[in-house]
Amino acid sequence: MSPSQLPPPPGPSRVAELLRAPEVVVTVGAPIFDEALAAQGVATVPVEWRPPPAGSVGAVHTVSADPRLAEANRTAIGRMAAVRPRLVDVVPAADAIGLGRHQLLHAGPPITWEGASGPLRGAIVGACLYEGWAETPEAAERLAAAGRIELAPCHDNAAVGPMAGVVSPSMPMWVLDDAAAPDGQARRSRSTLNEGLGKVLRYGAFDPNVIARLHWMQRVLGPVLASALHRNGPVDVAGLIASMLTMGDEGHNRNRAGTALLVRTLGAELVRGVEADERSADEIADVFSFMAGNDHFLLNVVMAAGKLVGDAAAGVAGSTVVTTMARNGTEFGIRVAGTGDRWFTGPAAVPDGLYLGGFGPDDANPDIGDSAITETVGLGGFAMAGAPAIVQLVGGQVDDARRWTELMYQITLSEHPMWTLPALDFRGVPFGIDVLRVVRTGVVPIINTGMAGRVAGTGQVGAGLVRPPLDCFTAALDALAARATAAQPAGAGEVP
Amino acid sequence: VLEDSSPAEDDMTEVVRVERGRYHDSVTLLRASAEARSVEGVATAIVAMGTEMNLGLLAEAGFALGPDGGVTPDDLVIAVRATGDGEAVVERAVAEVERVLTERRTTSADDGWGWAPVPPHTVEAAVDLAPDAGIVVVSVPGPSAYVEAAAAVRSGRHVMVFSDGVDLDAEVALKREAARAGVLVMGPDCGTTIVGGVGLGFANRVVPGPVGIVAASGTGAQQLCGLLDGARIGVRHVLGVGGRDLSAAVGGASTLAALAALDDDPAVEVIAIVSKPPDLAVAERIERAAAGCRTPVVLGLVGPGGATVTAAAAEVAKVLGRPFDAPETWTPLSGSAAGRRPGPLLGLFSGGTNCVEALAALEPLLGAVCSNVHPDAPRRIGPNDDPAGNHVLLDLGDDELTAGHPHPMLDPGVVVDRVARAAADPEGPGVLLLDVVLGLGAHPDPGAILAPALTAAGQAGIATVVTLVGTSGDPQSLQHQAQALAGAGAQVHRSNARAAGQAAVMVTSLGSRR
Repeated sequence: MSPSQLPPPPGPSRVAELLRAPEVVVTVGAPIFDEALAAQGVATVPVEWRPPPAGSVGAVHTVSADPRLAEANRTAIGRMAAVRPRLVDVVPAADAIGLGRHQLLHAGPPITWEGASGPLRGAIVGACLYEGWAETPEAAERLAAAGRIELAPCHDNAAVGPMAGVVSPSMPMWVLDDAAAPDGQARRSRSTLNEGLGKVLRYGAFDPNVIARLHWMQRVLGPVLASALHRNGPVDVAGLIASMLTMGDEGHNRNRAGTALLVRTLGAELVRGVEADERSADEIADVFSFMAGNDHFLLNVVMAAGKLVGDAAAGVAGSTVVTTMARNGTEFGIRVAGTGDRWFTGPAAVPDGLYLGGFGPDDANPDIGDSAITETVGLGGFAMAGAPAIVQLVGGQVDDARRWTELMYQITLSEHPMWTLPALDFRGVPFGIDVLRVVRTGVVPIINTGMAGRVAGTGQVGAGLVRPPLDCFTAALDALAARATAAQPAGAGEVP
Repeated sequence: VLEDSSPAEDDMTEVVRVERGRYHDSVTLLRASAEARSVEGVATAIVAMGTEMNLGLLAEAGFALGPDGGVTPDDLVIAVRATGDGEAVVERAVAEVERVLTERRTTSADDGWGWAPVPPHTVEAAVDLAPDAGIVVVSVPGPSAYVEAAAAVRSGRHVMVFSDGVDLDAEVALKREAARAGVLVMGPDCGTTIVGGVGLGFANRVVPGPVGIVAASGTGAQQLCGLLDGARIGVRHVLGVGGRDLSAAVGGASTLAALAALDDDPAVEVIAIVSKPPDLAVAERIERAAAGCRTPVVLGLVGPGGATVTAAAAEVAKVLGRPFDAPETWTPLSGSAAGRRPGPLLGLFSGGTNCVEALAALEPLLGAVCSNVHPDAPRRIGPNDDPAGNHVLLDLGDDELTAGHPHPMLDPGVVVDRVARAAADPEGPGVLLLDVVLGLGAHPDPGAILAPALTAAGQAGIATVVTLVGTSGDPQSLQHQAQALAGAGAQVHRSNARAAGQAAVMVTSLGSRR
């Protein structure tokens, strides 16, 4: 054995601390140790351990042993936490993204018309009618079925869309950038404007009212908001999210306070639109009424903020932080910092929750939408402790909301420095989902979501909670393991 | 839940339940199996995860999982068979299983809000809940142990890794990380640790005293604690380091760190290192480190050509200037040499080091001895081999025997079975040599379990010698256990070396019929 094969000399040793009788011991594994310690009057904190899926034990080991892991995750989390999203503009998708004729974006991982579920097909049909690419729903279906509509994920185009997430060229889109980025280097993200609840395009409805509303949004809502925003200057969305979290919103299924804050912020400049934009007072009043009547109006802005935050970590080699969670109504997909743009997918589940009117579980489509970007950055289901009203959706108690958030801390690596929860003594929301911890524990993220009708054209049927399939995470971990670098040979350059 | 309840052949009723994705650790499952079997009328009960091995056990026991069972290691299988009209019996047994599986493990920590904290699912979450916890005890299956232990080290915690089956590479990586973090890795395969009088794992109740022990061998350290206890010498710390720590690959990383820590503790007046004989280069390194200690260091390297634990205990006493009389023995209260039969020696050990030590002591006296821990291949046998007519020493803690079964220290049932088999075989052994290990984590009353089998063996003409490892403070009561074993006809010794020597004398005096 050569000296270089010997282990390095111990660092500043803390072993002396070990030699005091412990008062509390953490145990993971067989309960006999807890019993033996209890018999000696020593408290234990047993870990609720369960083995990773048999096929993932090797990947869990390999990725845990990757010497880049800690630093890569610090880098990824640091980049995400540093983003300060702000609302800068509202522009048509044709200009914001360069969408042209017969080009649509959709939510979630890539999918074809053939693979699309009812609500996504409904939204595609609606978008074709809205853009005038087809005269009738049947003609729109034929167009799409013939492969003449080009589909691409929002997420691959620096955009996000709730539920079906269908974006067509004429739709106005929120544009956000990063106030913390050096001038001229800010990345941008975009999302559509929220249409309201019930029968709306994003839930797969396409009746004449839906199309008429989209035209009004294009003609009035978008330009009026853009003009007010220009006069007002950028709106600090990071700060807005911090405020709404102290007001009972979680930014996914509850955006009531945040919507009011946005309306308040833009109110004066909206009113000035009467003169500046030569809009009638009725038109401006309609804009106010529309926003006042839609508790989810801010959702799309929060989503675009989440997109900006998640993308900041994309491509950090060796990092196990999740940068995207999104569903297309058929599959749930995630993307991870260490594997860049690659999607890892599994079958989307049907949410568990409350149903509108006479709808029931048989009417619900599997999970759909890019809105899980909110959970990806610590909002939505992860911030439920700050939005206890949400638990009513699944018939839970207030303490359940706290427990969900507490559980999510166990699969995240950090806490957001600015988005804090008063109910948890202003602890930051659980931030930076770790693929490794998800697979180690089998605890998958909790997502607050709306439910779309299974049949195209139905619209919203309910809202509730949903969990992603573990398969996405095990597949991502396998890919990370394949890219992991082995631990350095002994003595070869110690990491400080 | 897939359930298949059917009246089986021969007036039997059985139920086989497969629960997808439900996990419990193997110890809990073994306890659940035992509770189910204890229900009156239950013929067989197996509660296990659907691993290949367990599916084999289920098939052997005659349980049919159905053609398209598709049971995976992630699924829980509950299988119960009852005699006669057993519907109600089966139901009671399944209820017992559920009771054991759903018993809540309580967390002692409180979050201060009066709200129950969410149970931690990771080591990281657990240390967040209990920031004062300086030690993490890991006993998950080997392939997952590195990950949990590394999580402890990265959280700045000392870690005791009870798990065996950890890759050597993983051990090396873990100990390198621990050295950088300044924490100690005890293990893997570390059965015994005592810090400041608190025992982790299998440990004896010791009176606090001037001795610090570094143990690459758990049962070696336990025997040393017992022998020192017999000489009224207390033990302050036992730091287990794992059986491979002194190998060339690991290089004594934990031994050196533990040695330095014990040397810094002013209350430790003598340090003992108990291990199998180490790699030569590593041994030199340890000897250098020991020579550099302010505290005197006694090396107890147990095995062929090495010392005995008894000799190490005597050396420790000598350094302390304390008397060390011959360790206590108890003479058999029944049986006589007259009715004894000749035959070879059969040694059945729950402690691996006790087995190695006995082997080293016996071969010079008896000639060739076969063992599953024999260093020489020709005399190394499998734990289930029966080289008839030969002297045999078996380490019943062998991985091959404990996979899916409780360790003999937890449940001496496996020893009872083998003793009974020996007694029933007229060509079997003439002398039995056993060890019985007391202390925390061990069976609550091994003497009571073993006594009937030893009595029966005595009636068959077999002489029995027992090494009783334990302290006067152990919950099983050392004296009570010794009397129960002596009452069943066994000669009982606290010194394993002496027990082995006495067994050799008996074999020689009776003839080995070889």
